[in-house]
Amino acid sequence: MAESPASTAGGAVPEEETRRDFLYLATGAVGTVGVLAAAWPLVHQMNPSADVLALSTTEVDLSGIDEGQSITVVWRGKPVFVRHRTAAEITAAEGTAMADLKDPQPDSERAQRPQWLILVGVCTHFGCIPLGQQGEYDGWFCPCHGSHYDTSGRIRKGPAPKNLVVPRYEFRDDTTILIG
Amino acid sequence: MSTPSVGMKMVQWFDHRLPILTFTNHALVEYPTPRNLNYWWNFGSLAGIILVLQIITGIVLAMHYTPHVDFAFKSVEHIMRDVNYGWLLRYLHANGSSAFFVVVYIHILRGLYYGSYKNPREVLWWLGIILLFLMMATAFMGYVLPWGQMSFWAATVITNLFTAFPFVGESIVNWLWGGFGVGNPTLNRFFSLHYLLPFVIVAVVFMHLWALHVFKSNNPLGIDVKGPQDEIPFHPYYTVKDLFGLGVFMVIFLAIVFYAPNFLGHPDNYIPADPMVTPAHIVPEWYFLPYYAILRAVPDIWFIEAKLAGVIAMFASILVLFVIPWLDTSKVRSATFRPIYKQIYWVLVLDVFVLGYAGSQPAEGMWLLIGRIATAYYFFHMLILVPFIGKIERPKPLPASISEPVLKGGGAAAAQPAQGRS
Repeated sequence: MAESPASTAGGAVPEEETRRDFLYLATGAVGTVGVLAAAWPLVHQMNPSADVLALSTTEVDLSGIDEGQSITVVWRGKPVFVRHRTAAEITAAEGTAMADLKDPQPDSERAQRPQWLILVGVCTHFGCIPLGQQGEYDGWFCPCHGSHYDTSGRIRKGPAPKNLVVPRYEFRDDTTILIG
Repeated sequence: MSTPSVGMKMVQWFDHRLPILTFTNHALVEYPTPRNLNYWWNFGSLAGIILVLQIITGIVLAMHYTPHVDFAFKSVEHIMRDVNYGWLLRYLHANGSSAFFVVVYIHILRGLYYGSYKNPREVLWWLGIILLFLMMATAFMGYVLPWGQMSFWAATVITNLFTAFPFVGESIVNWLWGGFGVGNPTLNRFFSLHYLLPFVIVAVVFMHLWALHVFKSNNPLGIDVKGPQDEIPFHPYYTVKDLFGLGVFMVIFLAIVFYAPNFLGHPDNYIPADPMVTPAHIVPEWYFLPYYAILRAVPDIWFIEAKLAGVIAMFASILVLFVIPWLDTSKVRSATFRPIYKQIYWVLVLDVFVLGYAGSQPAEGMWLLIGRIATAYYFFHMLILVPFIGKIERPKPLPASISEPVLKGGGAAAAQPAQGRS
């Protein structure tokens, strides 16, 4: 180390790698890792907190929903549509050719029992809540930017890229479902 | 020079150690400024004054506001009804943001007309675009704070822009929200950032001024200052002119604050936020309407879905301004001497107004089509017309100096003692 200043003063720059180069790199690497490690808590604090993440479920009683009706329940702070579909709506949903769909998915994959359609009521475009029994396909229509969904909640027209999301749910019995 | 007084000596003692007075004198008093600046040059200082007004009213509003989903709307009504002069402070602050955008948009259009972005002022221009982005973020988060229906759904739609990004979109929005939707954590952080960003803006404004003072102001002729006969000191000439402009601005601004304070607002924002009901027709504040029209205008392009393409186009509409100094191939700055550019400039201004109106209408039928055409034209102007016209246009002859057209005789008759250059 002692000869470094002398060699600098003499103008002779050593060509080969020196211990000092190694020290620079090692210090820089440790410093970078340290800064990133210190920054992570500052970034991660913005992610959903433990109470928000705590798994929440919503139980829905289906017995009061007549055919052709739909209700909106709240699950994880978001609206969930529960629609008791009519025979005509089921036929329309099942009869749609996959070629007509932007995000192809058969109706059978979207409803565990054909008469009950359960959907997260958040438009896949920019998150507005679509209006039920509206639009060109009698499913849902999003007023924000004009997306049309069909009676299976699949995107048919407008700017939204995906079908309405089907949440995880199970039938407790014939008239009760558990969402989440 | 007479012997300095004791007070003067103390001032000199201080200034020798921290030359803040010398600095102020250089920047605001003797600062040499082109003598031909017209009223379009008022809007920079006006923007600075509004920034200060926004910070002052904002700090006092924060003394009465509660950033919690259960109390935010109520605390704003508390400010309006119970806090002494709360209505005035809030209306000044809410309309102040609109005034800020009016003034800054005129400031930007001034730069586009007179070629203020051209060599050697590109970095000054960049800092201005960064300021625009910071203003947009600040204004958006401020609009969320009253927690009305438009606040909530504006926050939802705008944060959902980030879901357009493939793979990481979902994680990004959950991070932004601090949950699975816009909620209390979102409101809290927006309040924190809405308080922070204006001070970041102040810092960037200082850099903007620093860059300005390196090459000084552009001017309506767009030619360089040739000597002292082309300049006048900032004080008193432009301090007085800026103050007169401020007076005119205040007459209009305060007329709106006192007589039509909700004219630019949306009535739905006086309905408390309801995460279960989207208003039938969501519109952003007027200053975001052109971008909103672009966002909705873009259809699927090849493999890029409409949502992502719209987001890209919206950001690109501002980002393209970063490269306009190089897209514009003309060496002549001022549109006064550019017969073709002058015409397409006004067509662009019209186009932006059309975009703004299309953005205020439902995204269907005729207005969707008009929005698409206007969006296409915007990018056609920036990316094709501007480079092309710079090449083919034959500019009018430029005057020899700034003082020449004013003082016939080439500046010799100028009332400045320091002469002999021209």
